[in-house]
Amino acid sequence: MVQAIVFLPLLGFLIAGLFGRVLGARPSELITTGFLIVGAVLSWIVFFDVGFGRGAYTVQLASWMRSGGLVVDWSLRIDTLTAVMLVVVNSVSALVHLYSIGYMHEDPSRPRFFGYLSLFTFAMLMLVTADNLVQMFFGWEGVGLASYLLIGFWYEKPSATAAAMKAFIVNRVGDFGFMLGIFLVFVLSGSVGFDAIFAKVASFSGLKFHFLGTDWNAVTLACLLLFLGAMGKSAQFLLHTWLPDAMEGPTPVSALIHAATMVTAGVFMVARLSPLFEASPDALAVVMFIGATTAFFAGTIGLVQNDIKRVIAYSTCSQLGFMFAALGAGAYSAGVFHLFTHAFFKALLFLGAGSVIHAMHHEQDIRRMGGLFSKIPFTGAMMLIGTLALTGFPFTAGYFSKDAIIESVYASHAGPWGYAFILLVITAGMTSFYSWRLFFKTFAGKPAAAHDDHGHAHAAHDDHAHGHDDHGHGHHEPHESPVVMLVPLAFLAFGALAAGIAFKEAFLGHGYEAFFKGALFTGKDNHVLHAMHEVPGWVVWSPTVMMVLGFALAWLFYIARPDLPVQLAQSHRLAYEFLLNKWYFDELYDFLFVRPAKALGRFLWKKGDGAVIDGLGPDGVSARVIDVTNAVVRLQTGYVYHYAFAMLIGVAAFVTWYMFGGAH
Amino acid sequence: MSSTVAAVPALGPALPEIVLALGALALVLIGAIRGDRSTGLVNAITVALIAAAGVMVAMQGGGKVSTFNGAFVVDGFARFMKLAMLIGAAVALVMAGDYMRKEKVHQFEFPILVLLSTLGMMLMISANDLIAVYLGLELSSLSLYVIAAIRRDDVRSTEAGLKYFVLGALSSGMLLYGASLIYGFTGSVSFAGIAKALQGEAGTGAIFGLVFILAGLAFKISAVPFHMWTPDVYEGAPTPVTAFFAAAPKVAAIALLVRVVMTAFPGITGQWQQIVVFIAIASMGLGAFAAIGQRNIKRLLAYSSIGHVGFALVGLAAGTAGGVQGVATYMAIYLVMTLGSFAVLLSMERDGEYVETIDDLAGLGRTDPVMAFVFAMLLFSLAGIPPLAGFFAKWYVFAAAVEAKLYALAVIGVLTSVVGTYYYLRLVKIMYFDEPKAAFEPAGGVVRAVVLASGAFVFLFWLWPAPLVNAAGAAAKSLF
Repeated sequence: MVQAIVFLPLLGFLIAGLFGRVLGARPSELITTGFLIVGAVLSWIVFFDVGFGRGAYTVQLASWMRSGGLVVDWSLRIDTLTAVMLVVVNSVSALVHLYSIGYMHEDPSRPRFFGYLSLFTFAMLMLVTADNLVQMFFGWEGVGLASYLLIGFWYEKPSATAAAMKAFIVNRVGDFGFMLGIFLVFVLSGSVGFDAIFAKVASFSGLKFHFLGTDWNAVTLACLLLFLGAMGKSAQFLLHTWLPDAMEGPTPVSALIHAATMVTAGVFMVARLSPLFEASPDALAVVMFIGATTAFFAGTIGLVQNDIKRVIAYSTCSQLGFMFAALGAGAYSAGVFHLFTHAFFKALLFLGAGSVIHAMHHEQDIRRMGGLFSKIPFTGAMMLIGTLALTGFPFTAGYFSKDAIIESVYASHAGPWGYAFILLVITAGMTSFYSWRLFFKTFAGKPAAAHDDHGHAHAAHDDHAHGHDDHGHGHHEPHESPVVMLVPLAFLAFGALAAGIAFKEAFLGHGYEAFFKGALFTGKDNHVLHAMHEVPGWVVWSPTVMMVLGFALAWLFYIARPDLPVQLAQSHRLAYEFLLNKWYFDELYDFLFVRPAKALGRFLWKKGDGAVIDGLGPDGVSARVIDVTNAVVRLQTGYVYHYAFAMLIGVAAFVTWYMFGGAH
Repeated sequence: MSSTVAAVPALGPALPEIVLALGALALVLIGAIRGDRSTGLVNAITVALIAAAGVMVAMQGGGKVSTFNGAFVVDGFARFMKLAMLIGAAVALVMAGDYMRKEKVHQFEFPILVLLSTLGMMLMISANDLIAVYLGLELSSLSLYVIAAIRRDDVRSTEAGLKYFVLGALSSGMLLYGASLIYGFTGSVSFAGIAKALQGEAGTGAIFGLVFILAGLAFKISAVPFHMWTPDVYEGAPTPVTAFFAAAPKVAAIALLVRVVMTAFPGITGQWQQIVVFIAIASMGLGAFAAIGQRNIKRLLAYSSIGHVGFALVGLAAGTAGGVQGVATYMAIYLVMTLGSFAVLLSMERDGEYVETIDDLAGLGRTDPVMAFVFAMLLFSLAGIPPLAGFFAKWYVFAAAVEAKLYALAVIGVLTSVVGTYYYLRLVKIMYFDEPKAAFEPAGGVVRAVVLASGAFVFLFWLWPAPLVNAAGAAAKSLF
């Protein structure tokens, strides 16, 4: 059964990728979507079987490589953590496939699109079912590749190509750390298999390792290197810059890859390696610090963005920070729980945003929207549910998981818990504010300037409208999306409402032990899961209060007094610009890395390769050969006396040589 | 000793030479009686005579026989080199027929002069004392001077003949002067006597003699710095004559040089080795670099032949049986490649005129794919690219040099062959990638047969190299 779950998407990819042109678009869509729906149903069966039934097992597929002590197998490790990820990945992927049938219906390269989606799904499934670090790395790189292909799906658009490259290159930084981490773990434990590594953690937890001129605790160093990989993939602070740009891809891609699944791979990896991280409190402290910082930092940027997808993208970044903060607190199940619930409501928000964009004919600027609720009521309702879940409205999915994170951080009393707690509570307020701001500006009020400058708006997004030209003329009335796009919204909305209350006990409460059965490891001194239920009352209430405050402020700014935010932005110009320009990270990196790298490249190209290597190598040698040739040819004057002279000189030279030098 | 009447020497070993000499006398009579109408007949008889001489050489039994008081020797080395030289002479003569007719140089003296020159070269190869060396050398050279200027009405041809004659006379003088010094300091003109006198230590006088003799011989093989005549004579002489110059006399002169240094000066190997190493390096280098600057194929092949002589000398510099085997193999393969290349050149006839610049080859790959392919194979072989015959030729001489611990010489040889590859490959590029010019007129059957045969030889040599290599090995052994 799990083989079918993992390999059906691969089969779908091969069919759509190799025979898509022959089959045509519609069969490709149906085949890949059908496979994914089967996979999703099977995933839920596996989920209940593993989580509430017989427990974990491993399926050995094949031996991959054996070289000395290095043994790597292809095998599927099915435990509760994997089962959770299977459900998330396959459910969202199946719904996104279905949704894309409607969303992409005018695109001429649909077989390619669906092939890529299935390829991504396969790689992600390889990642989450991995039984060893190398197979995980295979999946890790596979999703990176699929992400690159899908971000750059509209490759005629220079901005999409650039964004795809940016995503790939920024991820290389993290992947490099990941690889070093794998190497170090192999050096320490002599194995890359998870069970073998975890069994030996105790034996090498005290060792020192010399790296970059310093003696490190070996486990801490390994965890930090691995976490670097997680930071890249999950767009954490400093390596986050690629995620907002990745919104250049089609919206279903954003929902699947850049909200629900791939970006959570880092969270999954840290949770999977919890036995390793538990052995290093220092590494956990770093994880918590980075997570909380990312949550706050991305939240502040989300406050002022105007592109509907970018707002949600920064929200994703911020929520990933929440998850890492929970992992850093040692509450792995809280982080994974938020991953689980977040997948539903964030995919819902993205697909809802896609529906809005579809309705607005590829308009993405929320300043040009407004009053859409009456035009597209179903999408509006779905977005409302998503917003409620994201902001943590009581009894929605986000309410349980996010509050659990804040409580666990407070209760952990480890690492920078005070710093993290304060930032996360503030961020909860900001989350509420920017989510409601998005909702109000899109759906409430009157149909803003949308029609006044629609011509301009359309021109600005003409390149977006790849293949949508038949929309592009005449008067546009926003219209509800087709059913095939609305059904996935309904499913996700159900998840966003119910996933929290249904599984809260299993993830966080008394059912924890029975549910996870050791798939997540907590050290014997780690009592955070108990302590989080005994935090003071004000801690429990703080995120809810912040949520209400955020809502109230958004209502004040965008419903009651729409002039206030404009005044605020003008009176605090500097702060506004700072946030609008995303803390100037792109500019900073451009200055620090891109330009020096380009300058170095130019130097090596012009001076190093052109002048030195070509100059002294091929060009130089051939030029000298020509010089020698010219000189030699000039000797051939055609005069007999020159020739005779040369002969006599030759004889004289030989004679001289023997008289004074060589005759010994 | 007591007898005042010298006994008639044994003539048997010199039978091929005697046949050629008598044949030449008879042909002069035929020509004198029948005039230029007899040219075709004379040409055919000459080829038949050369072929007969070749058969006789091949039929001579093994072992070493000398006659004329030891002045004339027939051994395995002589037989091998004579056969190669005779093949070169016969093929060049056969190819000459068409060209000479078309270019109106249809004189009956031409085949006879070739025959006399061939006779001289036979004597050179078998020469076993300094006087025989000089006689053979002069007989062949005097004929060659006249052949170079055979087109009396052509300025370039006459200039070539005159230059060749003046410089050849100078080199003959050097050779004679060297021979007299050697005789003065060793008291003998026979190679065996000289070898006996020069054991280990050699006086300055003998060294001077050695230098002058080697200078004279280096002129014949056109080794640097005695090569200057080569490009001008190659370009000026009619193409079949150049083909003959590039093939047979080179083989004979190399054979003579090998015999002189191996049998007359084996005691002072360290001395002559220095000269040979120097002229080998200079020849390889100059051949490679100067050929790059040439637009005329005949001049280009002249420098190519200078370079190839340098490579052959690498084997000689080793001073071992393996080295001589390498030289013999090299010259045999060089002979085939040279004849093939000149056959291609002789087929380059457009609008009734023979053309000879490299740009005239443009697009041959499309206008005559067979010819272009064979020529490309010949060029790759000349460049020494495996698995063609030219690679093995270089392989044997470099291997001998390495075994003799002449590492620097071998490395320089390989490097210059890399430089040389450039101008060979440029011809291939021009044939295959440049815009085609008008197609050549269909080549004569003989020329085309030579092209195809030489192409097949270089292309298939690696399949069955043993006969040639073993024969060269046997030839080399007979000198030691």
